Amino acid sequence: MLFGVFPAFSQNDVEAGAKVFRTCKSCHSIGPDAANRTGPHLNDLFGRAAGSIEDFKYSKDMMRAANGGLVWDIEHIDMFIEKPKSLIFKTRMAFRGVKDPVDRANLMAFLRQFSDDPSNIPEAEPTMAAVDPDVHPLILAIEGDKEYGAYLSGECTTCHRVDGEDDGIPSIVGWDVEDFVTALHAYKNGHRLHQVMEMTAKRLSEEEIASLAVYFSEL
Amino acid sequence: MKINRRGFIGSGIAAAAVLSSPMVMASGRPRVVVIGGGAGGATAARYLAKDSKGAIDVVLIEPTRTYYTCFFSNLYIGGVRDFTSIGHTYGKLASEYGINVVHDWATGVDKEAKTVSLAGGASISYDSLVISPGIDFVEGSVAGWDLTSQNAMPHAYKAGSQTQLLKAQIEAMPTGGTFAMVAPPNPYRCPPGPYERVSMVAHLLKNINPTAKILIVDPKEKFSKQGLFEEGWSKHYAGMIERVGPDFGGANVEVRPDSMEVVIDGDVEKVDVCNVIPAQKAGIIAELAGVTNDSGWAPVTAHDMKSKMDDNIYVLGDASAQGDMPKSGFSANSQAKVCSMAIRGALTGSKVFPAKFANTCWSLIDTNDGVKVGAAYEATDEKIAKTSGFVSKTGEDDAMRKQNYEESVGWYEGITADMFG
Ligand SMILES: Cc1cc2nc3c(=O)[nH]c(=O)nc-3n(C[C@H](O)[C@H](O)[C@H](O)COP(=O)(O)OP(=O)(O)OC[C@H]3O[C@@H](n4cnc5c(N)ncnc54)[C@H](O)[C@@H]3O)c2cc1C
Ligand code: HEC
Ligand code: HEC
Repeated sequence: MLFGVFPAFSQNDVEAGAKVFRTCKSCHSIGPDAANRTGPHLNDLFGRAAGSIEDFKYSKDMMRAANGGLVWDIEHIDMFIEKPKSLIFKTRMAFRGVKDPVDRANLMAFLRQFSDDPSNIPEAEPTMAAVDPDVHPLILAIEGDKEYGAYLSGECTTCHRVDGEDDGIPSIVGWDVEDFVTALHAYKNGHRLHQVMEMTAKRLSEEEIASLAVYFSEL
Repeated sequence: MKINRRGFIGSGIAAAAVLSSPMVMASGRPRVVVIGGGAGGATAARYLAKDSKGAIDVVLIEPTRTYYTCFFSNLYIGGVRDFTSIGHTYGKLASEYGINVVHDWATGVDKEAKTVSLAGGASISYDSLVISPGIDFVEGSVAGWDLTSQNAMPHAYKAGSQTQLLKAQIEAMPTGGTFAMVAPPNPYRCPPGPYERVSMVAHLLKNINPTAKILIVDPKEKFSKQGLFEEGWSKHYAGMIERVGPDFGGANVEVRPDSMEVVIDGDVEKVDVCNVIPAQKAGIIAELAGVTNDSGWAPVTAHDMKSKMDDNIYVLGDASAQGDMPKSGFSANSQAKVCSMAIRGALTGSKVFPAKFANTCWSLIDTNDGVKVGAAYEATDEKIAKTSGFVSKTGEDDAMRKQNYEESVGWYEGITADMFG
């Protein structure tokens, strides 16, 4: 765990977190009477396997991540809440994210209360987030070379179909360039876990990712 | 003279037209001839034609009209896929990519004149030649077996009628009978292939003949994904599969196709089906072209897959001796893209980027129990060298294994679209 351990959150954190949770409330419930709504209930969230609430219908991408072994530890909840799309690209959670790290840490303090054994759950230090799901603007600004992207794409099209079919393997054509770059960086720096895609992305340079993004965006 | 493109597909008349022209002349554009329309050759032909946008005249020589993929042929044996789903034709390569598909055998290569001769008598000139003929078997590698025994004891290691025959024989086994496999020594195509086959045979027998036995006679100490296969076999097919390794005589084997016997270190076993997978070497045309060495394989440089024996010839896939990549369809496809970029660069001056290779091989152990192994590679002056890799782990949960299988189905669709358009 890359997070520093903090003294227990103060009551303020929890209260402040309850306020942040209002933004989630339209879709999620939590507490003794919690039930599934637009989103699944969030009791016992810490340590819970992603996509594991029975009789809730998750998106295909969430189930893919779940099958890949995603577990909601503090690090992944933080990443997901900051920018849902960076972790689960086509998640059905239509929510922009909570940008302020202090708000997220407070929210985490609030959510912890509804997990079995809160004292065992490591606490997040807001300013020490080990990973930033947002790709640095300078990286997003790199201009890709389409011809280079076309060559590099040969490695991808052994699995990903250029006609956009997504049977078993997701489609990567026609994406917004920024989303594409964000998704590949999420594998590159290990936010998103998948053996093939981590190996593939880790050996791509920032320029190569930008080139692939331009090439595939125009297919 | 100009070749009538469409004529070559499925038409005996067009084939006769080739016969009557002693030499198909270059048309002004540089010509690349590709021998073999499999994982390496079909991909190379398609990428050369697609990326050169007509600037290169691409001729593909392949004797069969329907290519049955070895990949997923084990799934056909297991009953997980049907036979037609692993067959692919060359129509689109001709009609959409303008490739001249010539259905004939290449019988020789004249490196001086830069021509390929065909069984039908014609001769085709080239500026660059790509050879991707897959494998042939090393004669005498399994005592008692040669190609004339392949109906009694099929190899099913080139897909098609051999695969159908093997499946039919397994289905006809007597209750409680024995299926034997003589596994090949390294190196051979698809390292996990024989063991995926055992899994799929077990899957089939479990359904139709659950008291049947499987005997693997193996000259190798270890094999690919061994821990994963052995875990899966004891989970799904407990007590069904026995493997005799070299320490118990697995390397000292003789077969008797007439009496359906396998002799292991002197002990005679009567079996009902015997799948003999002999030792392998580059497809014979590579040898005839003079690009193989004593190992039986064709050495190539890693940057472009160019033969170390001839500057105008490139060798792809199973036939090549390139370094660390396993002989797989995925590897052949990956090598074909690097090679076609290099050839385009040399013939048309298009940009050449650094070579990059990758491979992932899935194997199915039982329904929805898929595993995978993969690696990334780069070109060094010495060979294609592995840079990183991964493999499934024992004890993974069912959801992960199911996802692996689903990915492999997606990959199959992806790679066959990448080969045939
Ligand atoms: C049971 C089994 C399972 C497998 N599973 C997988 C898998 O899951 N994944 C994977 O990646 N790989 C798998 N493979 C391996 C894969 O099939 C081969 O590595 C791949 O096909 C190699 O491609 P290639 O181009 O070298 O040869 P091939 O695909 O065999 O193509 C060679 C072609 O050349 C033609 N040819 C040969 N001689 C001549 C000639 N003289 N003139 C003209 N044409 C000629 C042949 O007709 C053939 O069509 C498997 C193999 C087997 C046997
Ligand atoms: C617009 C509705 C909506 C809002 C607002 C919303 N969510 Fe979600 N949430 C969803 C849906 C729908 C899913 C299921 C996503 C999927 O299947 O891809 C989900 C899934 C989740 C999951 C994964 C749960 C699991 O079982 O795997 C977590 C954690 C989560 N949301 C937390 C939050 C938090 C915290 C907030 C507020 C900051 C929030 N969500 C805001 C709709 C919403
Ligand atoms: C061996 C098969 C394979 C290869 C090769 C491959 N991918 Fe993937 N890719 C996958 C699979 C499987 C997934 C789903 C992974 C997951 O569940 O996170 C995926 C996911 C992705 C995603 C995220 C999709 C989403 O919906 O969130 C992107 C983007 C992507 N790949 C891009 C690429 C690029 C670019 C290349 C080539 C450089 C490439 N892939 C090569 C199999 C492959």
